[in-house]
Amino acid sequence: MSLHAQDDPALREAQEARLRAAWQRPTGWLTRWTDTNNNRVGVWYVLTAFAFMLFAGVLALIMRTQLAVPDNDLVGASTFNQLFTLHGSAMMFLFAVPMFEAVSIVLLPQLLGARDLPFPRLSAFGYWSFLIGGVFVLGSIFFDAAPDGGWFMYPPLTTRTDLSGLGADIWMLGLSFIEVSSVAAAVELIVGVLKCRPPGMRLNLMPLYAWYILVVAVMILFAFPPLIAGDILFEMERLLGWPFFDAAKGGDPLLWQHLFWIFGHPEVYIIFLPSIALFAMLIPTFSQRHLLGYPYIVLAAVGTAFLSFGLWVHHMFATGLPKISLAFFSAASQAVVIPTGIQIFAFIATLAAGRVIFSTPLLYATGSLAIFVIGGLTGVMVAVVPFDWQAHDTYFVVAHLHYVLIGGTLMPLFAGLYYYWPLVTGKKLSDRLGRTAFWLLMAGANLTFFPMHLSGLMGMPRRVFTYPEELGLAGLNLASTAGAYLFAVGVLVIVIDLALSPTRAKVKRNPWNAGTLEWLALPEDEDWGIRSVPLIETRYPIWDQPNFVRKVDEGRFFLPDAEEGRRETIVTSVLDARPVAVIRLGTPSWLPILAAITVGGVFILTTYHLYWAALGSGILALGVILRWLWTTAEIPEKPCKPIGHGLELPLYVAGPAAPGWWAVFITMLADATAFSGLLFGYYFFWTVHSDFPPPSAGPAPTWPIAALALTAASWGATIIAREVHRRGRVGLTRVLLALGAALSLASIAAGLAGPWQAQLDPATNTYAAIVWTLAIWTVVHSAVAAIAQLYGLARSLAGRTTPSHDADVRNITLYQHFMLFTAVLTWLTLGLFPEVA
Amino acid sequence: MITRLVDRIQTLRATLWTLIAPPLVWAAHFLLSYLWASVLCAKRGAFATEPALFWGCTVLALVVIVGCGVIAHIQSRVPGDNPPHEQGTKVDRLRFLAYSTLLLAGLSFIGVIFTAVPVLFLTDCR
Repeated sequence: MSLHAQDDPALREAQEARLRAAWQRPTGWLTRWTDTNNNRVGVWYVLTAFAFMLFAGVLALIMRTQLAVPDNDLVGASTFNQLFTLHGSAMMFLFAVPMFEAVSIVLLPQLLGARDLPFPRLSAFGYWSFLIGGVFVLGSIFFDAAPDGGWFMYPPLTTRTDLSGLGADIWMLGLSFIEVSSVAAAVELIVGVLKCRPPGMRLNLMPLYAWYILVVAVMILFAFPPLIAGDILFEMERLLGWPFFDAAKGGDPLLWQHLFWIFGHPEVYIIFLPSIALFAMLIPTFSQRHLLGYPYIVLAAVGTAFLSFGLWVHHMFATGLPKISLAFFSAASQAVVIPTGIQIFAFIATLAAGRVIFSTPLLYATGSLAIFVIGGLTGVMVAVVPFDWQAHDTYFVVAHLHYVLIGGTLMPLFAGLYYYWPLVTGKKLSDRLGRTAFWLLMAGANLTFFPMHLSGLMGMPRRVFTYPEELGLAGLNLASTAGAYLFAVGVLVIVIDLALSPTRAKVKRNPWNAGTLEWLALPEDEDWGIRSVPLIETRYPIWDQPNFVRKVDEGRFFLPDAEEGRRETIVTSVLDARPVAVIRLGTPSWLPILAAITVGGVFILTTYHLYWAALGSGILALGVILRWLWTTAEIPEKPCKPIGHGLELPLYVAGPAAPGWWAVFITMLADATAFSGLLFGYYFFWTVHSDFPPPSAGPAPTWPIAALALTAASWGATIIAREVHRRGRVGLTRVLLALGAALSLASIAAGLAGPWQAQLDPATNTYAAIVWTLAIWTVVHSAVAAIAQLYGLARSLAGRTTPSHDADVRNITLYQHFMLFTAVLTWLTLGLFPEVA
Repeated sequence: MITRLVDRIQTLRATLWTLIAPPLVWAAHFLLSYLWASVLCAKRGAFATEPALFWGCTVLALVVIVGCGVIAHIQSRVPGDNPPHEQGTKVDRLRFLAYSTLLLAGLSFIGVIFTAVPVLFLTDCR
């Protein structure tokens, strides 16, 4: 198709009709929920997270009402415990993190000029998991069964079933389920940023939002899995009595604190960076110039991401760790100020150098920076160990974290809401209501949280449900409560503004006169994402590339058509965004919902100790997921297709060029991190006990080494299978895959035989418990390896994997590399470390 | 000789992996410092009397970071397109990645020094 052909309006209309048909959304009253298009799923996601935020906000108001006057008896201690636990957990797990994922699902494809993210069904799965898990966790408060151990759930309070009830299980299992959906979102976003950029969008032209999202998604891969590992140990202790955190049986409650805060601190940046990313988009728009210091922003994002993993112990300054350890973390906590400060200065410099249009979104952005800076400065204070000892567990910390989160997450999101509302709905929100709400929020936030610095320094501890009059805290608390209500009124004004939106008229396209790709979206919603995938030459193509919008609209760029009636997008190379392939995207389907329900069933049924039902749900989940997988990596009807301008791209790619390969790689990276968390547990116990591993407790080296040998043999068989398959020897490949599966299954028996023969009873001591946990983790992975190998065999027999279309075999091999890594560390540790130590 | 070295360095590939090399070195040094101190305190009950291992690692980390920084500095000055060097060309992409690497090397350098300072002052396991 030459440039010339697009001059014909009839052709363009025919193309548009075909695109519209391919991207037709399901409209039945039930089937509409099977939609997978990012513009629907993303919006559901945003609305759900927003609703959960309002719910958690109401919990906070009840708390503030209780604390308004001394010796109040509106709610009792037990209810109050549930309120603050659920408020913190919901704001973190059900609002801040999911909101970033939700906003990214809406924006990212638009920003990258892609029709959709590479795995639309995965986004849908993530959304449904989030909804089910969120309702499950939040609903518990209506049954007086909400978690009540604080949002970081410190054992032994929370692991002892006589001290905390079902709530602790609901927290652990419900939120673990949501963590799984966060990892799913991370996979989607990383692959989206790296592989689905438009042609020409080299790394140095990427919108800064995409840089931030890439960085944050990678952080999720390393931050969430340690918590998942912690959750596993925690539930093993609660449900089976395996003593990981019980000091009487050799456990250590500090292990939980380590695993929790290895997650918990990066988490702060995981929710802060995406919000700041919104600034990086709206500040250039309202300065009407390019953002200053692009590499400095990248430095800030990447630098903060790394440093944030060296901060976790600053939540544990009061636990009695050696001062030298504390000092390392204090140093890193001070260092993280540098990149954070740099990005704020880059924003201020851009505003100073541009022609500022002082719009409502910009008002929110600048206001939130002011609040954030106050929170940042008290953060530097509590990063100093001796000061922290004074302020620890007082309202000073409550004040600090709320300044950070309101200034660093909530207000920037409101800025983003006012900025991007026209993108999603085609309508602007009211400037008058928006500004009113802003000043209410600004006054409310400061009135609520500034007095808390003082009440904290005067000694008011966190998490008390009331306080005596003699402490002299009544005035400060009353001010905080008044502020909280003022803040709530501000939020209410925003909600009213949103509710009035349907009555307002549509505005013109790109109403803020922005320069980045997402503003190509039309006020009249088209589901195809973008009319044609543009060639990018600058950072602000709408401003700087001549006739850019017209060329996109007239289909003069790439992939202007859907000749085969399929949903498609372009895959490009990582560094330079050279076109690599056209991939077919997932269409609306029940499978993601069914997968979310069945996987959710495993977690929810386990909470109520219905183990057989949970097992049944797990088997169903496996079936649904395999059915879903079966639809992927399909062999196209023709090898290549033209995408315009004389370019012809393959419709099938395998190995590192394919999004699927990257998805496996990224998922397994997260899996390996969770495993490292468990292994950290083993060596942590070694450092804290002089007799760990206990002398001659076993297991003897024989069985673990045998398990390792069998796993290695299975790995070897799979690699040989990949190689002979590529050379066309299909029969031999099938034999090798079957052999590999048999070896994987044999390694399960060998792996379990070690601790079994040593008669290790996991309920009696920590050593036995952690040995069994590592062994079970590894054999479960061997079982998945066997399933994967048999799946590859089935795909080959069904003709869905062939020597020229071998994505499945390559992905299975990739899994095997991680399998071998896990097996080497587990079996060598279990078999040989007792001898070495 | 120097010119030839500079030419050679300018042709090296800059990727996302080279971008994160300096902070990775910081992370490795940080982890090692933490393990070194806490394992010694926990297992020996005493601070290392001769912390040569720690200082050796610190110097090594700083040298590697400076090395990354120097390479990045040279690459960030590859002659090519006009300022402000933000075009969709290979040279500008290289210059951008190199300059970001240089900045990260600076941050990582400061980070390693921050981590090392406590060892100058603290000498026991309390």
